[in-house]
Amino acid sequence: MNAIKLPRQLEGVAIVAVGFATAIVSVVVLGLLIKVAVSTFTWSGYLQQVTSGLATGSIYASLALALVLIYRTTDIVNFSQGEMATFTTFIAWSLMGHGLSYWPAFVLTLLIAFGGGMAVERTLIRPVEGRPEIVIVIVTIGLLIALNGLSGWIWGAEVKAVDSPFSNRTLDIGGVFVSVQDIGTFCVCLGAVLVLWLFFRFTTLGLAMRAVALNPDASRLVGVRVGWLLALGWGFAAVLGAIAGLMAAPTVFLDPNMMLVILIYAFAAAVLGGIDSPVGAVVGGLMLGVAVNLLGTYVNFVGGELRLPSALAILLLVLLVRPQGLFGHVRVSRV
Amino acid sequence: MRRRWTLPAVKVAFLLAAALVVAVLPRFMGEYRLAQFTYVAIYFIALLGLNILTGYNGQISLGHGAFIGVGAYTSALLILGKPGLHDLNIFPPGWLPLGDGMRPVFTIPIAALVTGIIGFGFGFPALRLPGVSLALATLGIAVSLPSIAKRFDTVTGGGGGLNVPLPKTPFGLDVAVPHWLYYEAWVTAGVLFVVAWLLVRGRIGRAWRAIRDGELAATSSGVSPAAYKTLAFGVSSAFAGAAGALYAIQISYVNPDTFPLTLSILLLASVVVGGLSSLTGVIFGALLMEFLPIYAQQLSIPWVLSSSKQAPSVVFGAVLILCMFLLPAGAGGLLNRLLRPLKNALAGQSRLVRARGAPPG
Repeated sequence: MNAIKLPRQLEGVAIVAVGFATAIVSVVVLGLLIKVAVSTFTWSGYLQQVTSGLATGSIYASLALALVLIYRTTDIVNFSQGEMATFTTFIAWSLMGHGLSYWPAFVLTLLIAFGGGMAVERTLIRPVEGRPEIVIVIVTIGLLIALNGLSGWIWGAEVKAVDSPFSNRTLDIGGVFVSVQDIGTFCVCLGAVLVLWLFFRFTTLGLAMRAVALNPDASRLVGVRVGWLLALGWGFAAVLGAIAGLMAAPTVFLDPNMMLVILIYAFAAAVLGGIDSPVGAVVGGLMLGVAVNLLGTYVNFVGGELRLPSALAILLLVLLVRPQGLFGHVRVSRV
Repeated sequence: MRRRWTLPAVKVAFLLAAALVVAVLPRFMGEYRLAQFTYVAIYFIALLGLNILTGYNGQISLGHGAFIGVGAYTSALLILGKPGLHDLNIFPPGWLPLGDGMRPVFTIPIAALVTGIIGFGFGFPALRLPGVSLALATLGIAVSLPSIAKRFDTVTGGGGGLNVPLPKTPFGLDVAVPHWLYYEAWVTAGVLFVVAWLLVRGRIGRAWRAIRDGELAATSSGVSPAAYKTLAFGVSSAFAGAAGALYAIQISYVNPDTFPLTLSILLLASVVVGGLSSLTGVIFGALLMEFLPIYAQQLSIPWVLSSSKQAPSVVFGAVLILCMFLLPAGAGGLLNRLLRPLKNALAGQSRLVRARGAPPG
């Protein structure tokens, strides 16, 4: 890449194009490899697994991005991210139960999530700001326990069905059957990611937030209100989580523990991509979604039950080779 | 010179008094309460191990419930042995070294050893990863254990789990079974408390704390973080394994849902509230873990929420957060602070300290 000088605007486009090409080539190569190993292999079946993997992967990606957003500014992993998402999904469920139709309830829930996320930062995280990492992490674990219990206390522990905004038809695209549900999930999740990226890239507020992530002290000196921007980051993260929860709910059903497993996949995705890299979180989420789906389908030993353990095993292997994740940066620290 | 012995003597006296309380406690309570205090001992052991890892070595584990599970399964399998498993229609592969059934009490050290080795093996790759990844990996173990147990049902009995026969009082002792279980658990707890204390106060403990307080500084002083962190993980898993074995013996069955993720999370919460890097604080954590759920279940908010099984989690979470705000050293830290004047007086240091203007570390 260094040899070719591209205009600055085109550079981003080129990177994205190279990324897409790499993705397509690796899907084809992986398909060929599986074709050699598995006798029952068909291309349409394989591509079906890949597309549905992309749909679940986009859910992991948005939750992973929420984790990365907070990690970049606060330097901690928010263990309560999944429970915050579950809680907001319950709010959406009861809004719909009170007669609101899907999309108004969706928008209202996102607004509530935004306010809730900011409130959590202001009331719970701010008092422990600057304390050792373990203290802040334990506060988020406390929030995980409390929110998990609270959703069960308010709405009951039994499993609830949540409506899907998309029809349950499947489209036949050249022999590959793709459900509208999957396409919708993918578009909503990645749409949210895109909107967020545009916000960070092209608005003054977004610029200020990036500055805070990079160097809070210097930002404060030039007049950025660091505290409020941290809260804003928590608000955005909560919105991303709420989207992930709402998109996951129709397929995994709603109960207080709904997001626990998804949170672990999202963690895995974020760590895989590099915990400080937003692009890494999204790519990691999509890769993990596809990989887990393929493992469950083509490796008998894994089947339905060992998906999570095998995903974690892959993650450990990747991290042993590349501890900073695929897109992360090596941290240099001094004593 | 004489004064140097006063403080340790007082400590030993405290320990003996505690042992006496534990020994006579069963005289004053019924069988139900007795079982509760047996669980306190079991949690005490698990929390000791977790405190070594989290309190003294600064690593967060959200997967200790899974290690308790490994210990419990190991113990249950050994107690049943091949004949017992065949009676349950479970036919494990022949290479597993299961005998013809063992006395429950002897399975405790074996379960601790097996779990310790598994923990060591897991910690070996995991601890080379950056801090966040470890918490993630342990959380992953906690979530995966039930599905792993269900997947390998030829050993674990799948979802139905293993029924362990109720133990008999061994060695012809004239003690009722619940009392025997109580003493078995507390004697194990006592022994492991001493083990933990010896580990923590010596060279190894110093290395653990050095790594916790500054990994780079510790490395440059010649302490290998990877080796000591893995050791902490192994030791702490071994404690969890012993607790698991006692758990299996006490509850007399093991199934995948006995060790949910909530168990792991509550363990971490209890160890923090009890007091990180305080071995005496662990007892508060264990009491909290056993009794808080029982009382918090009756909690209700008038006109808003009726009492529910979910309420204890809310209370636990709130206590945990409040503890971090107000009392980061936990109950053990509070106790230390309250006892400091007494300690100083005993050690004959108070005047010196006042002159220096700083309390001793």
